Amino acid sequence: MSKTITIDGKTIPFEEGQTIMDAAMAAGVYIPHLCHQPEFTPHGSCKLCTVKVNGRNCSACTYPAMEGQDVLNETEELIDDRKKITQMLFVEGNHFCPSCEKTGNCQLQAVAYHLNMLDNHFPLFYPDREVDASHAEVMIDHNRCIFCTLCVRASQQKDSKDVFAISGRGIHKHLIVNAESGLLKDTDIDATDQAAHICPTGAILIKRTGYQVPIGERIYDHKQIDQVSLSTEHPKHGE
Amino acid sequence: MRQFIQGIAENNHYQATRLLQMLRQIQSRYHYIPEAAIEQLAGLLNIPRTQIISVVEFYSFFHLSPRGQYELLISDSITDHMLGKKNLLGYLADKLAVAVGQVREDGVVSLDNTSCTGMCDQGPAGLVNGYALTRLDRSKIDKIAELINQQKPLEEWPSELFQVDDNILKSGLLLDQQFEQGAALKSALKRGVKETLAEIDKSGLRGRGGAGFKTAMKWQFCSEEQQTERYVVCNADEGEPGTFKDRVLLNSYADQVFEGMTVCAAIIGAKQGFLYLRGEYLHLYDKLQDILEQRRRNGVLGNNIQDAGVDFDIEICLGAGAYICGEESALIESLEGKAGIPRNRPPYPVTQGYLGKPTVVNNVETFLAAAGIAVNGGDWFANIGTEKSKGTKILSISGDCTRPGIYEYPFGVTVQTILNDCGADDVLGVQIGGPSGTFISNQEFDRKLAFEDLATGGSFIIFNASRNILDMVHNFTHFFAHESCGFCTPCRVGTSLLQKQVDKIVEGHGSAGDVVALEELCQLVKNYSHCGLGQTAANPILTTLQRYPDLYQSRLKEISYEPGFDLDGALETARRMANRDDAGAHLAQTQMESEHE
Repeated sequence: MSKTITIDGKTIPFEEGQTIMDAAMAAGVYIPHLCHQPEFTPHGSCKLCTVKVNGRNCSACTYPAMEGQDVLNETEELIDDRKKITQMLFVEGNHFCPSCEKTGNCQLQAVAYHLNMLDNHFPLFYPDREVDASHAEVMIDHNRCIFCTLCVRASQQKDSKDVFAISGRGIHKHLIVNAESGLLKDTDIDATDQAAHICPTGAILIKRTGYQVPIGERIYDHKQIDQVSLSTEHPKHGE
Repeated sequence: MRQFIQGIAENNHYQATRLLQMLRQIQSRYHYIPEAAIEQLAGLLNIPRTQIISVVEFYSFFHLSPRGQYELLISDSITDHMLGKKNLLGYLADKLAVAVGQVREDGVVSLDNTSCTGMCDQGPAGLVNGYALTRLDRSKIDKIAELINQQKPLEEWPSELFQVDDNILKSGLLLDQQFEQGAALKSALKRGVKETLAEIDKSGLRGRGGAGFKTAMKWQFCSEEQQTERYVVCNADEGEPGTFKDRVLLNSYADQVFEGMTVCAAIIGAKQGFLYLRGEYLHLYDKLQDILEQRRRNGVLGNNIQDAGVDFDIEICLGAGAYICGEESALIESLEGKAGIPRNRPPYPVTQGYLGKPTVVNNVETFLAAAGIAVNGGDWFANIGTEKSKGTKILSISGDCTRPGIYEYPFGVTVQTILNDCGADDVLGVQIGGPSGTFISNQEFDRKLAFEDLATGGSFIIFNASRNILDMVHNFTHFFAHESCGFCTPCRVGTSLLQKQVDKIVEGHGSAGDVVALEELCQLVKNYSHCGLGQTAANPILTTLQRYPDLYQSRLKEISYEPGFDLDGALETARRMANRDDAGAHLAQTQMESEHE
């Protein structure tokens, strides 16, 4: 007999070694997340996937599933707090969706819609951040970085390179690239690298592709992120 | 420089785990980490340059741009402020003709603030090139300014500037105990390691850092792990503002602390130990190395200890200015030469710690107590204290009292007893356990220090009736924002938002709803943060808001909405460009304000 946990009262099977996120995804249960992608080592930093496990808050993407866990996912409290965490991500950077070429394809924006975020709630930080357009094909707009480290992990784990890293402390965290000049053009990144495509926001973009798909026909224009996430991130739910 | 860096890398066996120690030497020599040094080191250690940059930018004591040949840092603990730090800093800046946060044009001196340096019983305190300065006053500052302007090497500075006193004012079980070097080990080995672990279990000893996990259980878990390579780590990254007991224990009881670590090693089967010493305690480093050397000579450290076949050695690793490294998994990351970012748990350090191997991390005081228990048996310790909190607790007492210093009490002692002993009058309240702990008011002095009531790592800061609680809250909230590692969203953004919201209220720009918003934000940061730092960062606000709600409300304006920024200030650029300064070019901050005018 396989082991099980419950998520919002529903019985979900799991295998030894799976996290709560793994088990949930396999069972078709969406838990909001931004820093997590099943193919990379879980990071546990965005905290959007926080669930209540036997009364205690845990990150679903890193916390192991264990027999008998009673997991709460879609409670009013969790949804509201996830919305506030998303608002935090918006105010610490400079996210102006209408002028961003990632709009409609952006996971940060899609999660915000999913959680019914209608305003910033918190005061904006308006940080002074730069754009690195030095590379011929790939650009970084630091204004939109949420420090999820997906590019860092993709570069190391898929591309076998070390193009990106997160540096600094606290609110001064920032993305750096592996070049003496500090510029993307002097790194060994290629436009075909997974690290160049993994960004959940518009912080790392492929140049001259921003408007190839018109607004209105983009990933999240007609679908919610829960639906997209389950079908693209877990083979079982693929179309 | 090439030769210097090459030498450093060689002396550290090209081990990337030693990165912090190497960077400390580079910073000390050049007063920053030059780009060329990063490039060379990356090549020598075979790691990406980004790994080095991220470490440099994480720790407060490393810099990518030059500091002065004399790097002056003044402690920003609330206790330093209570001793007139702000005025002194201004005086110092004037004397040296350098702005706070800047390097003087000639490059000779730089001046900045730093988080609590662990000298709260002898502040205002500071650091010059990493070495502790104590009891600063105007005459000492005159002297320091003169020495710097003459560019006198630190070795020629008068020793009184660097004098650090123990100030042990009340000793008990632990501070009174004396035993010969090696006696605890001898007892432990004679009794048997399993039996010694049983004695520690019987003693009821719980971790002295504040969390209070049972020590025997931690050691047992670690010893039961399959992997044979295990480590013992002593956490001497005493960063909680108001705590300084470990400084005293390492100054005067280090031999016993090392012995406690060695007993632990014998029990769990570890061959290597580390003392992670906070960078602010650099002044202790040579002395501690001498003690280790002496222990090696006397056969109580190194190979075949006491001819009992126990091999164990201890290495001292210095931190570089990061409060978060007091969190055990962040400390391990730091020991591995990385930024101090707390790990996801599980796995816990007892199963996967240093280099992924089972590791025991304990506080300095815990190892001291363990050594005593190894000599005297579990009952010696368990007979004192309360049911759930056995033994004694060593407190660091500072703030408004006539006798600040180190006090040891059996657990269960009341706050009032302590206040009487240290000479505190007209007390408004006490911050127990540092900023991450609890503020208690003068209505609660019958409360007890114990895990059952007020758990504490030992910080005890007294505030008298002349103090403003909101000044304290302001200081602590800024501290957490400064020390947040930035890994998780709720703490990275949340501690900065808390800082903004507290500033808004304290500076008198808050309006109806701002206190409610503050409390809501506190709960979010507390409930969703990744580690203890974020989970406790809102405590100064929450514990004072609960006790003095009127104090917060009284700072609010009688209006329904106050803009979160300075409206008139925002027009400054426009006024300058338009060359206007008439009444029409100014905006009132609020409707009410303009009606009053």
